[in-house]
Amino acid sequence: MDFSNFLMMHQELGLLAIFLILIVFDIFAGETPVMKWFRPLAVFLLAVHTVAGFFVVEDGTAFGGMYVTNDLTVLMKNILNIGTLVVFLQAGEWLRKEDKGIREGEFYVITAATLFGMYLMISAGNFMLLYIGIETASLPAACLAAYKKHQEKSAEAGAKYILMTAFSSGIMMFGLSYLYGATGTMYFEDMQSLITMTPMTVLGFVFFFAGLAFKISLVPFHMWAPDVYEGSPTPTTAYLSVVSKAAAVFVLMLTLHHVFGGMEKVWYYLMWVITVVTIVVGNLFAIRQNDIKRFFAYSSISQAGYIMLGVLHGSEMGLSATVYFILVYLFSNLAAFGVITSVENRTGRTEIAAYNGLYKTNPKLALVMMLAVFSLAGIPPLGGFFSKFFIFASAAEQGDYILVFIATVNTVISLYYYLRIVKAMFINEPAADMGEVMRTDVYNKASLVLCVAGMLLVGVVSGVYDYIDAIGF
Amino acid sequence: MNILSVLVIIPLAMLLALLVSRNRAYVRTVVTVGFGLVLAAAVAVAVVFLQERAVSSEAMLLTSSTVWYAPLNIHYAVGVDGISVLMILLSSVVAITGVFSAWNMERDFFVWYCLLAIGVFGYFISLDLFTMFLFYEVALIPMFLLIGVWGNGKKEYAAMKLTLMLMAGSAFLLTGILGIYFTAGGTTMNIMELSQMSIPMNHQYWIFSLVFIGFGVLGALFPFHTWSPDGHAAAPTSVSMLHAGVLMKLGGYGCFRVAIFLMPQAAHELSWIFLILTGISVVYGAYGAVLQTDLKYINAYSSVSHCGLVLFAILMLSRTAMTGAVLQMLSHGLMTALFFSLIGVIYSRTHTRDIREMGGLMKVMPFASVCYVVAGFASLGLPGLSGFVSEMTIFVGSFEHTDTFRRVLTILATTSIVVTAVYILRTVGKVLFGPVLNPDHLKLGDAHWYERFSAVALILCIAAIGIWPSGVQHVIYESLQPVMEQINLF
Repeated sequence: MDFSNFLMMHQELGLLAIFLILIVFDIFAGETPVMKWFRPLAVFLLAVHTVAGFFVVEDGTAFGGMYVTNDLTVLMKNILNIGTLVVFLQAGEWLRKEDKGIREGEFYVITAATLFGMYLMISAGNFMLLYIGIETASLPAACLAAYKKHQEKSAEAGAKYILMTAFSSGIMMFGLSYLYGATGTMYFEDMQSLITMTPMTVLGFVFFFAGLAFKISLVPFHMWAPDVYEGSPTPTTAYLSVVSKAAAVFVLMLTLHHVFGGMEKVWYYLMWVITVVTIVVGNLFAIRQNDIKRFFAYSSISQAGYIMLGVLHGSEMGLSATVYFILVYLFSNLAAFGVITSVENRTGRTEIAAYNGLYKTNPKLALVMMLAVFSLAGIPPLGGFFSKFFIFASAAEQGDYILVFIATVNTVISLYYYLRIVKAMFINEPAADMGEVMRTDVYNKASLVLCVAGMLLVGVVSGVYDYIDAIGF
Repeated sequence: MNILSVLVIIPLAMLLALLVSRNRAYVRTVVTVGFGLVLAAAVAVAVVFLQERAVSSEAMLLTSSTVWYAPLNIHYAVGVDGISVLMILLSSVVAITGVFSAWNMERDFFVWYCLLAIGVFGYFISLDLFTMFLFYEVALIPMFLLIGVWGNGKKEYAAMKLTLMLMAGSAFLLTGILGIYFTAGGTTMNIMELSQMSIPMNHQYWIFSLVFIGFGVLGALFPFHTWSPDGHAAAPTSVSMLHAGVLMKLGGYGCFRVAIFLMPQAAHELSWIFLILTGISVVYGAYGAVLQTDLKYINAYSSVSHCGLVLFAILMLSRTAMTGAVLQMLSHGLMTALFFSLIGVIYSRTHTRDIREMGGLMKVMPFASVCYVVAGFASLGLPGLSGFVSEMTIFVGSFEHTDTFRRVLTILATTSIVVTAVYILRTVGKVLFGPVLNPDHLKLGDAHWYERFSAVALILCIAAIGIWPSGVQHVIYESLQPVMEQINLF
């Protein structure tokens, strides 16, 4: 057996090493004072892994086309790494604060496991590996959702998530079985050349897409998202709304291009409708929310709709715009969740009313939150403006002006509910019990600085987009 | 570095300096020196521009262009012609007078104020559609907090309404800009280069409509003007000044620079629809002002009327009328800033803006009252002040058309002058003259030195344009050459 194949998987191997180190550390140091080094170690290892990811790039396939790696997949994994790193930074404070009923180390270990699954999803060259990746990514994520196991809401979120995952995986598997039946292969490359437009393959594709749509939380497959987001611990919500969603979008983009390229007529119209509905429904429901986590659930549903704008034409420009959009979305959304975590850790509250007058009591947190929602709303000079512009441009490039118009008008609706948060923080008077100044620990501060730098620089410095644009399918 | 970029860099530096400031004296120093420098830079730009113009026949001068986003041909491209130079001068004058009118404001106010200034100056120097749009949005968003936090009355409602309506306009604009870029071949975002390319006629129709409405929202185009009265009334003094004085000009300037310039054929064919709408703005705004009793609402409706006249004149597509349009932008910018600063003076003392509760202020605060009368005269078009020059030019230019439709519309629009006289004279008579209604008002003082400074500076500019219009007019007339070439192709 040729072991050089494994070297191609250096990112997976690196992550696996981190996973093993952490799990061993957690087992042997779990109850001892050495445990205080766990968090710095986890953050340090992942940071090194993230940085290293940018340097070693190798093109190729392994295990007979089962595993594929190239510039694009490496870039996607790097983006997921950044997101996970930020979640690592934000999670610690909450984990320390919770009662001793939960083990601190497990959170990091489980998160690393889901990230490993996402790596496999992205690098898959075969639907079996893709499926294994999705399962590896989803099952531990349910543990993360149910992490506060003594709280009813968290347990409920975990149960909902696992049921939803099982259901969507089943649907996806069903679709894949049709596709296998029609073409006789599970390999992307072979299927692309064999696939033809028959009712069977169309049906197979639609089921496969539905399975992924659950993960991306596109309307009408979004029902689970608000409940799970609200019930899960905030770092888990951040992880689900950014990293997990990004991985599913990446997979959708890759499979559309590598496998279903010939069926564009089917997926274009299907996704056009779903995109519009997702943006509109996400926006309209977000207006009515009073809990900030539910609010961000709906906001991230509508953001998923914008992401689809870049995906649904399958163009090169759409690809770079989507990847870029996700990068900016990652920084913006995680910045918002960083603030939510801080506020929740101090006050235990997650309603929007808890943010009244935040600027007076905690100006820095309020400013970060404002930048985050402005970036999500697409206000210059933040990254969100550029990413929205590019993703709209990618749709306009294909002449799809009606879709662009619907989407731009919807950004105004989204601005309304984002401004509600800004209004609460800057204009409303603080409640009497909100007078204290909150102290955020140094890790969370670092995560917020990282996110703010990301929001400000990724847009204004054009090099990031150029770098992404230079990497094609 | 290009001298034009200085106009953006100074407010940016001010913003950063304010972020580290602690006390009020420091804040005042930063903003006065900073906006003084901006004014100096604007004058320097004007001087350099005039020198360049003598030796060059290029449409845009002082240009420079740096690649920003190569995949979409986005450049940081700047350049000015006579019209943008005048707009920059107007903005810098209004900005510094606004600072003096907001003398007692806190640091955070000026942080947003500087951001607003960055947007305004960046917009007027941009030649690239993308950067122009970027600065446009940068100028809009601070309004939400400026009004929402420091405003009065229904400030939250007004801030939200204003922001959302203007952002809806910019959503139209974004679609339009993408349409322009891709239908013109997708090779450049530079306005001057785009004007050399042709946009297919079937696309011109919808793009022109979107872009014109998008900018028109900010230019108070009927029926998208409703943000203006609420927004201006709720905003703090200097924000009203900058918003009515400068920001509304962004709309007119954009209609002219993007919509008409890049899509002249659609402008020809669709102008009648928008002429009717702007005609309604002009007349309706004037009548609306008559019915108001709040000083700020009167002035806000008057702004709808006057800014409607700008768009009206632009749509006439004749060189004289367009010259008048630019003059009107200057004139309205200065006089409305003067109005709002004086209303601020009155309101800060009487704590009411209701004209029914005031009277005889001439006895109490003679300086402010005299300035108010001057502003009123400029508004109703008294010869010797800027309003007369601009409105005269507009109506003469509009009447040059020989077709009945445009002539009738022009005649209808001129009625607004009469109505303007009604509400101005009524307000002046009621508030400034007559007996003092409220005995408490007798104890009030006149304007402070910083308020006097801004009033005098604005009056001087208004009088300068009124007395010596030909200098300004000449610059505008010449700068219209490229637009007229575009229009006369059809």
